[in-house]
Amino acid sequence: MKEWNKHDLIDLQGLSKEEIELILTTAKSFKEVSTRDVKKVPVLRGKTVVLLFFEPSTRTRMSFELAAKRLSADTLNISAVSSSMSKGESLLDMAKNIEAMNVDMIVIRHGSSGVPKILAEALGPSIINAGDGCREHPTQGLLDVFTIKERYGKIAGLNVTIVGDILHSRVARSNIWALIKLGAKVTLCGPATLMPKGIETLGVKVSYDLKAVLNHSDVLMILRLQKERQQEKFLPSLREYARLFGVNQEKLNAASKNILIMHPGPTNRGVELSAEVADGTQSVILEQVTNGVAVRMAVLYLLLGTKDKGSEEIKNVFTH
Amino acid sequence: MSLLIKNALIVNPDKVSTKPMDILIEKGIIAKMDSSLKTSAKKTIDAAGKYVLPGLIDIHVHLREPGREDKETIETGSKSAVKGGFTSIFCMPNTNPVIDHAMIVEAIIKEANRVGLVNVFPIGAITKGQKNEELTDMSELKEAGCLALSDDGRAVSNSQLMRMAMEYSKMVDLLLIQHCEDPLLSNHGVMNEGINSTLLGLKGIPGVAETIIVARDIELAHYLKTKIHFAHMSLKRSVELIRFAKSQGINVTAEACPHHFSLTDDVVKSFDTNTKVNPPLRTAEDVEAIKQGLKDGTIDCITTDHAPHTREEKELEYDHAPFGMIGLETALGLSVSELVEKKYLTWPQLVNKMSTMPAKITGLVNKGEIKEGKDADMTIVDPKKEWTVQKENFSSKSKNSPFIGWKLKGSVEVTICGGKIVYQI
Repeated sequence: MKEWNKHDLIDLQGLSKEEIELILTTAKSFKEVSTRDVKKVPVLRGKTVVLLFFEPSTRTRMSFELAAKRLSADTLNISAVSSSMSKGESLLDMAKNIEAMNVDMIVIRHGSSGVPKILAEALGPSIINAGDGCREHPTQGLLDVFTIKERYGKIAGLNVTIVGDILHSRVARSNIWALIKLGAKVTLCGPATLMPKGIETLGVKVSYDLKAVLNHSDVLMILRLQKERQQEKFLPSLREYARLFGVNQEKLNAASKNILIMHPGPTNRGVELSAEVADGTQSVILEQVTNGVAVRMAVLYLLLGTKDKGSEEIKNVFTH
Repeated sequence: MSLLIKNALIVNPDKVSTKPMDILIEKGIIAKMDSSLKTSAKKTIDAAGKYVLPGLIDIHVHLREPGREDKETIETGSKSAVKGGFTSIFCMPNTNPVIDHAMIVEAIIKEANRVGLVNVFPIGAITKGQKNEELTDMSELKEAGCLALSDDGRAVSNSQLMRMAMEYSKMVDLLLIQHCEDPLLSNHGVMNEGINSTLLGLKGIPGVAETIIVARDIELAHYLKTKIHFAHMSLKRSVELIRFAKSQGINVTAEACPHHFSLTDDVVKSFDTNTKVNPPLRTAEDVEAIKQGLKDGTIDCITTDHAPHTREEKELEYDHAPFGMIGLETALGLSVSELVEKKYLTWPQLVNKMSTMPAKITGLVNKGEIKEGKDADMTIVDPKKEWTVQKENFSSKSKNSPFIGWKLKGSVEVTICGGKIVYQI
């Protein structure tokens, strides 16, 4: 087993190619656990994982919770939808209180970028970023590349297009880092008003023409479009958005390749993609959800599993 | 009460005195200057090896009193000022209540006199309550002691109202200071818009939010034949616009803050909320342009935009923490380290930016120079001494500085205001 010495998972920007590959390999082993009759392995027995979510989430929170439980960790859910400011308690204060109860890990989602990084610097427990503001959502990026690799057997050299509201998307940012590091060719496609400044400097292409990019895409990652963006004047109308950037079967049929369709969920059917596409044969949207648990098990294990006898332990788990 | 400063190397905007001088101060005025004064005074300071500067003047300070005495008071702000070598400070009107009425101006001056460390000149608001709706009673504000007006913290974004403000303030002969920011374009951003805001996932403030107001006000000043002073310029493009305006003979002046010539938005990567400031920290290209603007005179003066905030407020998420950093105690050190040491400015030019020009712009005719007959406001500086910025050493009530830990050159040894020693290291 290769080296893993990170204490937290804050972003994919800060991971090396080797570290990302290690997570993917580990996830592959863990995926099998979820298909067993008894979906539990004892590698994190006695560990406490706190899920601290400051934004509503069903999928990600459930995925982390199942991942932790299948590794035998104890989990605790805290939904603090309102900002920490409302009770006059600073976020750091709240996190320090959680730390004082001797937990081993905090999985945090927060609407403000940078919060997981600040917590990781201030606290002892391992921190996993489950999405911070518009910055990163590293486990989503990891499960996406895991899913692509499962289908294509590789990442390097693939043409991956991310379509939609790039400006506000932490999923896009994490995917860009993972895909670039693993050697994919990344194209971003979306309205000019939702394209963040200077993104090209990362070595990605920017296009405003979905039909043109579909012709050379192997993978299409469709982002969720928040309906509020129209009120915020980023878009003339959702109708216009669907016309230019919505993905339907007709557009897919016109493309020269058989494109893999992905979406981080929840989908806005009829806006960014049609129901036909979401449920169609090219779609791996539900496979992404399945893989999410495996990838999160891998991350939890790598961060919390006994470091010194790690390789032995994991071998025992999978050979029993 | 008399005071004698011996062996001073005097730095005036035109030159550093070629030989050590003695300065005799009587009744708050510079009475006599000579290479060797054979006179005695009640108190003598030996300034051998030190520079004696006309007292530094900061025309952009937030003292927070009245209203937010938990951040700063006139007293703690005065202490912070003299520690930084300032003898005159202008306080911005975004207090609670806003400085939009003569009585508030008088109350601030009264409290500043009670503290008695530094000259405090309140800046009145341009619009009542800084609400961008109606002009303040400007003539009354002037009578109460205001030398300038500003809605700092926000711009007078309504163009018609700004036109009225410029015409009216010209009539009553008050300086207008514009905080250049189109609020619709800055659109709740928290840092400079660019590759760093993109990667950090933080909402960006585009540079054009600043330049659009700079350009608009240049046009208004041109059309109305009035003057305008631009606060805290942060962009290359702003410097270029001002340079153009000056070349056309339009009556504009401008200031820049030490953080805008010492830091880029790279430091926001730490998510340290002490780096959150408005206008935001910009790019290396902008920093260089600000320094060039100071060098070639496009930027007339250096101000701090000293903006104290409590620890509780700054310990919030980057999105929610308030804008601003303290600056009175680090301004000289940063200016010496970043501008003089790096050959952008000479010492006399630095004095011009930190004392002479601020006095000129605001009409303080007896300040900004060390000359017989002028006010005895002076800052004695050890130009070679290095010191480290330390949190616990700030006299300001707030500690929100991104420069903690920085090693700076140029140390304030003594501050003299009105002939009185108000600070000694």
